[in-house]
Amino acid sequence: MATITIPWYAPPRVAHALRQARRYPIVSIFILTFFLVVPAVLAPQVAPHDPLKGSLSKRLKGPVWQQGGSIEYPLGTDKLGRDILSRMIYGARVSLAVSIVAIFVGGAIGTGLGLMSGYFGGRVDALLMRLVDISLSLPTILLALVLVAAVGPSFWTVITVLVVLLWARYARLVRGETLTIKERDFIARARVAGASHTRIMTKYLLPNVVNSLIVLATLQVGYVILLESALSFLGAGLPRPTPAWGLMVADGRELIVTAWWVSMFPGLAIMLTVLSLNLLGDWLRDHLDPKLRNV
Amino acid sequence: MQRYIARRALESLLALWVMSLVVFTLARFTGNPLDVMLPLEATPEDYARVAKHWGLDQPLYTQYAIFITRALQGDFGMSWKWPGRTAMGLVAERLPATLQLAGFALLISVLIALPVGVLSAVKKGTGWDAGAKVIALLGQSLPGFWLGIVLMWIFAVHLGWFPTSGQGGIQYMILPAITLGWFQVAAMMRLVRSSMLEVLDTEFVKLTRIKGLSEWKVVWKHCLRNAGIAPLTYFAIIAGVLMTGSVVTESVFSWPGTGLLVIDAVRARDFQVVQAVVIVFAGIFIFTNLLVDILYAYLDPRIRLR
Repeated sequence: MATITIPWYAPPRVAHALRQARRYPIVSIFILTFFLVVPAVLAPQVAPHDPLKGSLSKRLKGPVWQQGGSIEYPLGTDKLGRDILSRMIYGARVSLAVSIVAIFVGGAIGTGLGLMSGYFGGRVDALLMRLVDISLSLPTILLALVLVAAVGPSFWTVITVLVVLLWARYARLVRGETLTIKERDFIARARVAGASHTRIMTKYLLPNVVNSLIVLATLQVGYVILLESALSFLGAGLPRPTPAWGLMVADGRELIVTAWWVSMFPGLAIMLTVLSLNLLGDWLRDHLDPKLRNV
Repeated sequence: MQRYIARRALESLLALWVMSLVVFTLARFTGNPLDVMLPLEATPEDYARVAKHWGLDQPLYTQYAIFITRALQGDFGMSWKWPGRTAMGLVAERLPATLQLAGFALLISVLIALPVGVLSAVKKGTGWDAGAKVIALLGQSLPGFWLGIVLMWIFAVHLGWFPTSGQGGIQYMILPAITLGWFQVAAMMRLVRSSMLEVLDTEFVKLTRIKGLSEWKVVWKHCLRNAGIAPLTYFAIIAGVLMTGSVVTESVFSWPGTGLLVIDAVRARDFQVVQAVVIVFAGIFIFTNLLVDILYAYLDPRIRLR
């Protein structure tokens, strides 16, 4: 009698769901749009309360399903009586703003230097690549801590730290791609036709590396959000009372015994956001640029 | 090979030098150190005298030369927040706690990553593999500081199995070590998995099967021994990352190591201590990176030619 053995350890549904999640980024996009982009853009409209003003009489109220919770504060309040949900909605805006600005600036600097490095080669290339190696070997969090100890926490301190950390990857990527593209015929023809170096770099080389850049940028948004929240948590990121997710988790740390919701919900927001961004990035990479697998 | 090592060593020194330059430059940003050192009613003559004493009247490059010579001797000056203590003394005092935690975290992550990685390679495409993938994905997406708080909430507050924070016996170390090692588990596991898959596909594994060895022996003895090289070198990288990653974990669990020290110093803007910690950590970090590269080059000759 033939029996089909069903291994106890293999819940095929999990594997299947995971494969589906990878194959169809719709879930990630859905989560990202509704939990990150929409709240971030429409924060003043959708947030029920002011993220910075609270009333002390309503401090540390639990979420709506707990005793003492009310629908007015669906996810509870923190120790200054501020609405957690509203702060999280504004927090989405903060996370998004920081990561977009940092990646844009870091990406622009890295791309520019990478193009020059790959295109001109020689001494410029050697110098820039040494710089890339050095900047990739600097310890991330420590660099941020020094900067913050020196100039104090602010939006632009965070951006500076992130840019210093991010540009090298873009430079390395763009340089590598430029090296192969510049050998192709259309570059030689452009040169014969009298195009200047700047023109060749911006009009002929850049469009050919854009796909890779988009993939790398998407893959990095999650990383940057994670980094920013860790810095904020340490007090080396955005200053209080900015409604940043990392800061909110930090606020809840010493309240963990009495008011778990203060740090639990913002942390969940970080995790969901980064998870969906990673899934989306993986999908984009597989479709736009499979050769980036090891970046 | 020698040329490669020399080049990498030079690069590492350069990186460390850049770090010292960054630290020095930023130290000047914090404002005139004399404002902190001198009382409010100090006269301009006092300023001039103390500036002369500390070498602050010299041009910047001379000051940097003084700074770097002192730093090379392990002298980063006196702490501002902890009076009467040298910055380096504080670091040396706290370093053992950090090393202990990092070592324990390394142990835990190896104990998790190795079996799970091997299993997910051997049972490729099954529930094990999917489970391993979920762990890997979560490892990339979970913020370490939040994971620490969640673990604390579940295992310390609700179940009461471990203390919430502080230092003491091994029970104080388990939650911080898991928090610290978690991120590394994902990376290590994937590495073990891919190198195991490579080895499982080779001829000699088929031979061991033909010989009639048990599957257990084939996998855990013959395959793992050959697949272990890449992950082994990776452990060294992790050791460096764990050291610097301890900043977050220590601040969550109030673990009295170097990480907590630097956070306290940043909050008090005690730049001397921050400087000392950063240079020491950067040195450890850069040095382990160098070690790993040399190890890789030794194991894989193709790298030397790059």
